[in-house]
Amino acid sequence: MDLIANHISHHFGDLAVLDDVSFTVSSGEVVAIVGPSGCGKSTLLSILGGLLQPSSGAPELRGAPPADSLNPLTFVFQDFALLPWANVEENVEFPLLHTRLSAAQRRALVEDALRRTGLTDFRKTYPKQLSGGMRQRVGISRALAVKPAILLMDEPLSALDSQTRELLMEDFVRLLADGGMGAVYVTHNLEEAARLADRIVVLSRRPGRIREVVAVPMTRAKRGEIAAREQLLALQNQIWSLIRNEAIDAEREVQHA
Amino acid sequence: MLDRATETSANETTRRVRFRGAGFVPASSRFGGWIALALVIAIWQAAGSARLVNPLFLPAPLAIVRAIYELAMSGALWQHLSASLLRIGVGWLLGTAAGIVVGFAIGLSRLARSVGITFISALFPIPKIALLPLLILWLGIGEEPKIATIALGVFFSTAISVYSGVDAVPRNLIRMAQSFNVPFATIVRKVVWPGALPAILAGFRITASVALLLVVSAEMIGAQYGIGAFVLQAGNLMQTDQLLAGVVILSVFGLVVGKVIGWLEIKLLHWR
Repeated sequence: MDLIANHISHHFGDLAVLDDVSFTVSSGEVVAIVGPSGCGKSTLLSILGGLLQPSSGAPELRGAPPADSLNPLTFVFQDFALLPWANVEENVEFPLLHTRLSAAQRRALVEDALRRTGLTDFRKTYPKQLSGGMRQRVGISRALAVKPAILLMDEPLSALDSQTRELLMEDFVRLLADGGMGAVYVTHNLEEAARLADRIVVLSRRPGRIREVVAVPMTRAKRGEIAAREQLLALQNQIWSLIRNEAIDAEREVQHA
Repeated sequence: MLDRATETSANETTRRVRFRGAGFVPASSRFGGWIALALVIAIWQAAGSARLVNPLFLPAPLAIVRAIYELAMSGALWQHLSASLLRIGVGWLLGTAAGIVVGFAIGLSRLARSVGITFISALFPIPKIALLPLLILWLGIGEEPKIATIALGVFFSTAISVYSGVDAVPRNLIRMAQSFNVPFATIVRKVVWPGALPAILAGFRITASVALLLVVSAEMIGAQYGIGAFVLQAGNLMQTDQLLAGVVILSVFGLVVGKVIGWLEIKLLHWR
C-alpha cells in the first residue's frame, strides 16, 4: 500500500503552513521529513494520518493494505500518548478493544507486540513507573499490535535522552528491517533521518514546500557500520546546508512571536 | 587519586555552602492535626470544668458528648439523622446523575456547550435555598422540595466540575484514540471518563458540602425532623449542648463523606 501526499496545502486562519506538498511513500519505504522549526512537518503528518483536514489537496492511499492490518496508518507520538490509568498491557491492547478480535486473538497480538519491544516483563507496570524510553517502547508496541502498513512517527525520539535515543533507533532499524512496514518519520534530527530513511523530504521554511528529496544511497543495515559514517555525515551536511539559513530565520521568527 | 579541586593549602580556610532549599514543600505530619484537635478539646473542657466559660454560651465537650448519648438513647438522633440522610442521599444522587449527564454533554457537544454554559452561568450564582418557597409551591410541603433544593445545588456544581474535567482530558489521548479508529462511545468510556474522573471526584467533595449546607438550611425553613430542624429547635430552647451536638453530628458526617471520597480516590485514581 502506498501513501500519497497529493498537492497538500494548509493554513491556520491567515497563517499558511503548507504549500502544495506532494510525494509518495511506497510500500515498505521509510520517508523522513525534515525542515526548519515551524515548517509544518507535524501538521503534514497529521494530515497524512487523517487527523487534520487539509485546506486543499488530500492524502491518498494506493493499493490494498495487508490483509491482517487492523489500522494501516498508525501513529507513534512524540509525547507517547499513553493512557496513564492503564498498565502497559492495557495500553497495548487499547486499539484492539473495538475490533472484532476475540480475547484470545487480542492477547496473542499484545503478547507478540510486547515481545518485539522487550516489554514482556513490564506488562503490569503503569506509565508513570516507566522511563521515557520505555514509555515510547509502549507507544511503539501499541502501534505494532495493530499491524500497520505505514507508521506515522512524529518526532518519536525528541523527548528522550541521547542514549535512549540511540537504543530506540537501533530498535527502529530492527523493526523496519524486513521491509514489510513503511514509515513516515518526522524529525528535526538529521542523524535520525539519515540513519532510518530511504528518502529524506526536505521542507522549506513556513509555508512548507518541498525543497528537495534526497535519497539515502545505502541499506539501513549498512548504516550502522563505521565505514558508512563518513558518507552519512556528508549526507547530513548536505541536508543541513539546505536548511541552515532558513532554520536561523525560523528561530528568530519564533523568538519574536 | 585525590581530585585537585579538593586540595587546600594549610592556610586556606573553607566554609560550607549554606543550605537554602528548605521549606515550600506541601508536607504535613501524620498525627499533628489530631494532636492539635485533642489539645483544643482538652483546653475547652478544662475551661468548662473550671467554670471559666458559661455553659449556656459554650457547653463543655463532655456535656456535648452526653447530649449526643442521650439523643442516641432516646431514639431522637436516628429519627433526625435518618431524615437528613434520606434527603441528602436522594438529592445528591439525583443532582449528581443529572450533573454528570449534562456535564458530559457540555464537554462533548458544541451545541450542548453553547446552550448549557449560558444557562449554568445564569442559574449557578442563585442561592438554591432561595428557590425553596417556589419549590414548595410546585411540589408541595413534603420531602420533594427539600430534596429538589439539594439536587439543584448539587447539579450545578457537578455539571461544572464534569465539563471542566472533560475539557482537561489531554487532547493527545483523544487524538491517539481517533488515530486507531476507536469509536466515539469507546473514547468517551475509555479515555474521557477516566481522564475526567479526578475532576469529578474533586467535585464530589464540593457537592457533599453543598448538600449538607442545603439540607440544614432547608430543614431549618420547613421540616419537623432532620438535623437542621433539630439544631433550630435546640437553639430556640437555648439548649446549647443539644445545638452543638447537632453541629458535631454534621461535622462527623462531613468527615465520613470526606473519608469515603478519599477512599474512592485511592481506589479509582491509583494510577496518579
